[in-house]
Amino acid sequence: MAIITYRKALNEALVEEMEQDDSVFLMGEEVAEYDGAYKVSKGLLDHFGEERVVDSPISELGFAGLGIGAAMVGLRPVIEFMTFNFSFLALDQVINSAAKMSYMSGGQINLPMVFRGPTGAALQLSAQHSQSCETWFLHAPGVKVVTPATPADAKGLLKAAIRDEDPVAVMEGELLYNIKGEVPDAEDGDFVIPLGLADVKRDGGDVSIITNGAMVHVALTAAAKLEKEGIKAEVLDLRSLRPLDVDAILATVTKTNRAVVLEEGWPYVGVGAQIVSIIQEEAFDELDAPVLRVTQADVPMPYAKNLEQMAKPSAERVVEACKQVLYVS
Amino acid sequence: MATKVHMEALSPTMEEGQVVRWVKSEGDGVSYGEILAEIETDKATMELVARGDGTLRRILLGEGGTAPVGAVIAVIATADEDIASLVDGARQSASDGAGAGSEAVTTAAPSAGQGPAATLAATSVPEPSGSEPAQVSSEDGSSMAGGRIRASPLARRLAAEEGVALQAVKGSGPGGRIVKRDVEQAVKAQDGALGPDATGGLTHSEADYEDVALSQMRKTIAKRLVESIGPVPHFFLTIDVDMSRAVEARQRVNAPLEREGVKISINDIVLKATAVALRRHRDCNAHWGGDHVRRFHRVHIGVAVAIDDGLITPVVRDAHLKGLSQIAPEVRELAARARDKQLKPDEYTGSTFSVSNLGMFGIEEFTGVINPPEAGMLAVGAVEDRPVVDGGIVVIRPRMKITMSCDHRVIDGAQGSRFLNTLKQILEEPLAALL
Repeated sequence: MAIITYRKALNEALVEEMEQDDSVFLMGEEVAEYDGAYKVSKGLLDHFGEERVVDSPISELGFAGLGIGAAMVGLRPVIEFMTFNFSFLALDQVINSAAKMSYMSGGQINLPMVFRGPTGAALQLSAQHSQSCETWFLHAPGVKVVTPATPADAKGLLKAAIRDEDPVAVMEGELLYNIKGEVPDAEDGDFVIPLGLADVKRDGGDVSIITNGAMVHVALTAAAKLEKEGIKAEVLDLRSLRPLDVDAILATVTKTNRAVVLEEGWPYVGVGAQIVSIIQEEAFDELDAPVLRVTQADVPMPYAKNLEQMAKPSAERVVEACKQVLYVS
Repeated sequence: MATKVHMEALSPTMEEGQVVRWVKSEGDGVSYGEILAEIETDKATMELVARGDGTLRRILLGEGGTAPVGAVIAVIATADEDIASLVDGARQSASDGAGAGSEAVTTAAPSAGQGPAATLAATSVPEPSGSEPAQVSSEDGSSMAGGRIRASPLARRLAAEEGVALQAVKGSGPGGRIVKRDVEQAVKAQDGALGPDATGGLTHSEADYEDVALSQMRKTIAKRLVESIGPVPHFFLTIDVDMSRAVEARQRVNAPLEREGVKISINDIVLKATAVALRRHRDCNAHWGGDHVRRFHRVHIGVAVAIDDGLITPVVRDAHLKGLSQIAPEVRELAARARDKQLKPDEYTGSTFSVSNLGMFGIEEFTGVINPPEAGMLAVGAVEDRPVVDGGIVVIRPRMKITMSCDHRVIDGAQGSRFLNTLKQILEEPLAALL
């Protein structure tokens, strides 16, 4: 096991998949000459050449559409959005073409492609560049969405996404690129994490914190605080939001009888609303308390540092919600 | 403003309470939440606290006195307030209550400042000594909201699995919601309360059993039936059994046993068949425990034996485990000693079910009176050749009628019928006992 950054793990995944399959190519703004805005594609231009590592103009709708066309004729494009905030320009291609091509062609045309880039808020990037974009991609059936939280998950999920026969959005955490973690070495075999499998990031029996992406780290911080008070929180990292690991959600709720759903985005029609709906429908008799959600405040992200902190979901708020469902607050 | 002191429901099942001791005397100043009196409920001695500030002006129920839940038993008011009408009103409703039984709750309860909450209080458990008592008793941590019990889905499931009546559980969650920990505590308390002497006098030392808490429906059935028919609400089920194969089997097994001096009677076969059938219908192998039903896993059958000045029921213990060649001599030996009045107490107590047989007197059918707290007994008539229709023709067959007396608080008609059908099957095809 090597300890590498999340950024490096994504880079390794791209290199390994491009080496083993000539049809895989990377396209996006500044992915080639500049090594990518977040340096995820560092060294790829030298390694694979400009035919397979392509700088695009600032034209999200255009290069997303190019990628879809390429996938239709048998290539496996990886389309990088500099951030998913910019992908809104491409949403017509994503929702009306990528998500529906297989369905509308009666299964004759599938799109083995990946959209990837960072999602969520970083620091003081203000309202337009701090958004959690998962729900836009999740709402329409037809696109898979994964949100790796650790270097190992980043590598394993990106490799699985590139190999998948359907469009997959790999939504990375902007503040996660520098975090380090153990990732299995390539020599120890092909490391792929199947889409649709959640992962218990911390074991506990008192309350379940169900979350994904960058929020996994907020949940782990909250769990550590709770442990000091004698409360053992289980942290379930969903990893994949579509397909969703419903069995893992039901298993942890059955184990602890209470859940807090933590998501980075807004509460209204958010990912957590879907999770809560599933829990109340399928684990009603396991619940000892209503399921609570911790989300971003229902406002555009403020620029001011203090307000931004207040708007983002925090470990403190997760701790508070956990105590509430445990009836100890 | 004057505050009436009501007899509060201090236990979930309390209908009336007795004043053990007044902690405050007439003329004493009292403030909200202070202990006024100790009240003996159906379960324990509880503290009754003041629901208002002022002076304890008048005590209407002396120490040792009993009043129904809801009755006014004292008045708190300012020192110079005119309370004559309150006192008269309370005395009036108390005497109404004396004549009308449970009516007292409804006539006395909806008094000033209480409204519908007072009726709710009859099923809630008010906090007796909390530092900040709530305004009305329904808010004292009761889980009743508009007659509905607030409980988490998990708490409901656990309560159903553990046989805990949610009505009797106090909720510790928000708004008095009953949550998992409350049910767990109730289970613990219930387990602790059921000692070996829980059903007065009977020894259960050898019996394995489970206690099933009474549902609200079961409580209502029990209460109404007792009002109707007496302390043990009997009903009777009669079944007619073809004894051809049992008679035949008896002759066959008796031949080789004769050398050993053992002779199996029809009644022995009935006892064995009853034991097997009870194991398959444990809801009939039960005792009525007042606030629960005790279902036994082992079968101890009381066998009614007539003696000179009455009758006694020696017990064949673990009849389900014994073969006919064990049961037959045991019954004969117990009956002989019963007639000589030589039975020891533990030989005629602890039965889970009883069988009485008057066949030897030529009685065709009769009804037995249940031996409380047992929930059922069988009255077995004579085996007689009688014409019956079999396959469209009239044939002569040895027939026997069995009438089961059931305590309706424990056994309903369908349960008793299912048990009797199993018993009939076994007697009509003795091999069925081996199934």
